[in-house]
Amino acid sequence: MVDRLDEMLGFQTQALRLRSQRQELLAANIANADTPNYKAVDFDFARALQEAAAPKSNSASAADTKPTLLYRQPGQASLDGNSVEMDAERAQFADNTVRYEATLRFLNAQLKMMLTAIQG
Amino acid sequence: MSLFNVFDIAGSAMTAQSERLNVTASNIANADSVAGPDGKPYRARQVVFQAMAPASGQGPAKVGVVGVVEDPSAPRQVYDPKHPLADAQGYVRLPNVSVVDEMVNMLSASRSYQSSVEVMNTAKNLLLKTLTLGQ
Repeated sequence: MVDRLDEMLGFQTQALRLRSQRQELLAANIANADTPNYKAVDFDFARALQEAAAPKSNSASAADTKPTLLYRQPGQASLDGNSVEMDAERAQFADNTVRYEATLRFLNAQLKMMLTAIQG
Repeated sequence: MSLFNVFDIAGSAMTAQSERLNVTASNIANADSVAGPDGKPYRARQVVFQAMAPASGQGPAKVGVVGVVEDPSAPRQVYDPKHPLADAQGYVRLPNVSVVDEMVNMLSASRSYQSSVEVMNTAKNLLLKTLTLGQ
């Protein structure tokens, strides 16, 4: 019974975890906007979620898989070697915020649905 | 939980930017200080930012100020023989502060600070919403 619940909420939980990890990375990019030679990093969310959701044969649990980090390709190079583009980072940050909230709502709705099924 | 680290990261950026603003204030305030405690004109100072990578190597990095360096360029020389600190040729040595550059620095620091505040606020809102999960 409990593993069924886990299975049902598992996907959204993984999505929420990856969203919060991405939020942290984007915050670090914005924080380092003035640091010389800092290279902006990000990860491919769709691929990371696929990897986290795919059933694994080995014992490594999904919670400790880390997404592969990629360097962002800047549209315009800057003289101090910094590759943070504030507009792009802020846009991604806002986008990620909304998607995090969306995932929260999905999770909430699933919980409510389960509660309704239990309570009748 | 990753979202809590956002507070650390944005907080480190705010500390670094406020230190930069502090140094800028010092430079602008001393733009005309012909003599410091050592009798020499004031030299412009700049902070040096560095990304502080986490202990695990890769991943989100905080910002740190690794030092404050003095601008090594020569002081401005202005011909003013009436000045009490003028040398034998009548030149006064003024600080090598460029007020225009410092104003730009000030604007950049304050905008970056604002960005960090917004990032922190967003993270706070997300965490508060996460707390209401299941209610």
